[in-house]
Amino acid sequence: MAESNARDLFPGALEMMILESLRRQPAHGYALVQHIQQRSNNLLQVEEGSLYPALQRLLKAKLVKAQWGVSSTNRRVRTYQITAAGLRHLEEQISSFERMFDGISLVLNPGRATTS
Amino acid sequence: MNWIPQIFRRRSIYDDLSEEIRLHIEERSEQLMREGMSAKEAEWEARRAFGNRTVLEERSREVWQWPTPESIASDVRLALRQLRKSPGFTIAAVLTLALAIGANAVVFGLMDGLVLRPLNVPQAESLYGTHYGDNLTWQSYPNYIDLRDRNRSFEDLAAFNMVLGVGLDTGKDPVAANGFAATGNYFDVLRIHPYLGRLFHASDEHGPNSAPYIVLTYAYWHSRFHDDRGVVGRTVQLDKHPFTIIGVAPPEFQGTIMFLAPDFFMPIVNEEQMGAPSLNTRATEHAVFEALGHLKRGVIPAQAVADVGAVNAYLEKAYPREIVHHDTALSREGLTSFGPAVRAFVAGLMVLSGLILLGACANLGSLFAARAADRSREVALRLALGSSRKRIMRGLLTEALVISLAGGAAGLLVSFMLLRRMSIWQPIPGVPLHLPVTPGAMLYVVALGLALLSAFLFGIVPIRQILGANPYEIIKAGSSARIGRRVTLRDVLLVAQIAICAVLVTSSLVAVRGLVRSLHSKLGFDPRDTMTAGVDLATAGYSAGKAPAMQRRMIEAMGAIPGVKAVGLVNGYPPLVYTAGNRADVYKEETSDLRPPNAAAVPFRYEVSPGYFEAAGTNLLAGRSVSWQDDKSARSVAVVNSDFAVRMFGSVTGAVGRNYRLQDGTLVQVIGVVEDGKYMSLTEAQQPAMFLPFLQSPSSAAYLVVRSKRDPQQLAAAMRRKVRELDAGLPVDTQTWTQMLEVVLFPARVATMALGVLGLMGAMLSITGIFGMAAYSVSMRLRELGIRMALGAARKEVLNTALGRPFKLLAIGSAVGLSLGLLGTRVLAFIVYQATPRDPFVLAGVVVAMALLGLLATWIPAQRALSVNPLILLRED
Repeated sequence: MAESNARDLFPGALEMMILESLRRQPAHGYALVQHIQQRSNNLLQVEEGSLYPALQRLLKAKLVKAQWGVSSTNRRVRTYQITAAGLRHLEEQISSFERMFDGISLVLNPGRATTS
Repeated sequence: MNWIPQIFRRRSIYDDLSEEIRLHIEERSEQLMREGMSAKEAEWEARRAFGNRTVLEERSREVWQWPTPESIASDVRLALRQLRKSPGFTIAAVLTLALAIGANAVVFGLMDGLVLRPLNVPQAESLYGTHYGDNLTWQSYPNYIDLRDRNRSFEDLAAFNMVLGVGLDTGKDPVAANGFAATGNYFDVLRIHPYLGRLFHASDEHGPNSAPYIVLTYAYWHSRFHDDRGVVGRTVQLDKHPFTIIGVAPPEFQGTIMFLAPDFFMPIVNEEQMGAPSLNTRATEHAVFEALGHLKRGVIPAQAVADVGAVNAYLEKAYPREIVHHDTALSREGLTSFGPAVRAFVAGLMVLSGLILLGACANLGSLFAARAADRSREVALRLALGSSRKRIMRGLLTEALVISLAGGAAGLLVSFMLLRRMSIWQPIPGVPLHLPVTPGAMLYVVALGLALLSAFLFGIVPIRQILGANPYEIIKAGSSARIGRRVTLRDVLLVAQIAICAVLVTSSLVAVRGLVRSLHSKLGFDPRDTMTAGVDLATAGYSAGKAPAMQRRMIEAMGAIPGVKAVGLVNGYPPLVYTAGNRADVYKEETSDLRPPNAAAVPFRYEVSPGYFEAAGTNLLAGRSVSWQDDKSARSVAVVNSDFAVRMFGSVTGAVGRNYRLQDGTLVQVIGVVEDGKYMSLTEAQQPAMFLPFLQSPSSAAYLVVRSKRDPQQLAAAMRRKVRELDAGLPVDTQTWTQMLEVVLFPARVATMALGVLGLMGAMLSITGIFGMAAYSVSMRLRELGIRMALGAARKEVLNTALGRPFKLLAIGSAVGLSLGLLGTRVLAFIVYQATPRDPFVLAGVVVAMALLGLLATWIPAQRALSVNPLILLRED
């Protein structure tokens, strides 16, 4: 179920996905959930609420900033925006994640070579 | 530092969060309703999709919170579990720290009591005492009056003198008591208020012997009068003079001299009744021990020094014969002339105990580093599993904190008990010695601070190791791989620690050696087999003029005791007793202008009876001794010591028969020369001394010196019996001369004891340090050693491989420590007699001690290295 899926993510994965989404465009919490679920073809069933602790962590680390406003659909929303520090952090995370992913793929598929 | 505004922002952060979540669920359910769900269904589904709202909100909030007590508690529990797994390490670490922190807390307690809060009086910070010349505070009473009335710096100036060994009789039992004779304004200047009754004031003084009042100290009221509130108004006899008890001083006020707690206070105008010289003689230096007062608001000490110096210059000009002062200084009240010595001693102790703490931290740091290295696999595993480095460091720091707090608590307990003991310690019988050290709140703060500091110091050592850890490398290679840097942090720490320990061992050896030497040094007399009896005839009402006849009778009576070889008498105190000594200016025979600058020497002055030199065991080098014929009607004569003879007349033999002058112009002929000795303290340089016949300068206060091989207790009893037969109302104080030397030896004893303990602690520290290093190095290279042995290495080679490095570090550390220690012992020379660092015994002692420590500490690791069984070892992994 959704709950166990959230646990199965490795630490930092959710933050990484949030930052990546925000890099494309600022968004509020609901929109972020929608975006992540759609982009992953609903493979990653993120428990919607688990977004918020992650968002708070990012806020505290000053990787994102938030502002209250009104959305295009005329709703009161709190919009998140990635900061410069957030961008840098994201770059680092992605490159280290890719290295790790390559390593894991090598172990899981010893026959196949990966490009990197 | 963004946590301060964060506290205030937190509320709004939480509100934002709740609102945001509410809106999220609302948006989701509206979306679902648009997709065709009923409102109820949609809301339910939106909530389900969101998850446990309460928990999630809680987790979001936690991000902003500090570690909760719970998570700290779990950290502590984890640390305790880790430590319990290695009890040896834990016990060693806690004990090391307990010793180090305990030592520092005791030293701080001493500093707090002796240096920071020398006197327990209101506004002690603006209270100053006056000093003249060679750090002496003595002056005459008229001099004090002039100073009081002419200075413009002090609000008011009080003065006091010590009156020791006064016979205080409440009607049935005359007991010797010690008091302060103080000016009338003494309590008002010090802003002291009575605990009971009233205190005396300036208005009570109406000339000599006009104020027969005494004020008891709280402690004396408690011990002698058993807290009897009816004591106020009662009359007691002080040296046979009636005095009325008018009040009791508050418990916290123990006079104005550090170490010396009086029993009572009396007006200084009545001091003559206690046998003191007439107050109004300007030439009498010993009427006032010290003048003290609060500086006026806005007056800084330097101004006050200039002001007092100006008054003094005026007095010197007005009374050129009587006043001999050179320059003026102010001192913090209380320590008086002990000040510099005590401060130097405490500072020295602080440096040494600080070194102990540093050594302990270095020791624990290397232990922690070794532990972290041993646990590098565990750490790597945790890192690989996603634990943050911060988290792991927090764990290690918590361990360090737990250890240091436990050590701090244990250390505090020990120091508390020690300080308690010290404050009620009466090391010298008959001397009202009082160490004002009461463990206060500051002590807790200091101990806690030290514990935290040391936790920080040794806790950060392994941090670099962890920060730099690369999990892949470590797990791949295993912990036995050592990537070879030649000098590691641990090596540096160990050398530092051994150096510190060598400093401590050096200084304690120097101190012990100094004490041993001072016990066997030439004193100029032989204190063994001598009993002294202090008799002050003034306490029984004899005048100075009538004293000599009585004293002669006493000498003869003592001589009649069976087994007594020789009896003599000395006025005042015998040499080296209570660090008391009279000095007087002497002049060449041809000098006519008898003013202090023209003095040829300032010898110690003693007045002795015939037989004194025999009784004291002082050897006569030339001429004759004092005889019964050298009385007031005969010409003035003196026996001098050989230093005096050489200084004044060029040689020992040439001195006999020559003349010199005293301050008052008296021409004195030298009749004999005796060996040199020590007079006031063991550490003094060789001083001149003169011994005048007591019949020519009579005094009522004197010590009888009796030489006999009889059992001291029997002898003392016989002596007291003889005195009682002569005059039943005369208090006698019998002690062996050796006992009386205690006072002089006391500083050296304390210093030696303190340094000895510190040295021992240093030695223990270095043992644990070297042991840790050696054991670690052996266990790390066990496999290598096994291979070497399998390939046929000899035992010697194995040992060399395993322990060569610890020994090399030991040698370097010892050399550094020894040289530092030798530099440091110059400081010791102030306190410990003949503390010379250039002593082959000390040098050899330190080298041998450190080598022994090394052997001791490496013994077990060496055994382990030698017992390696290559087969078992290589099969293991």
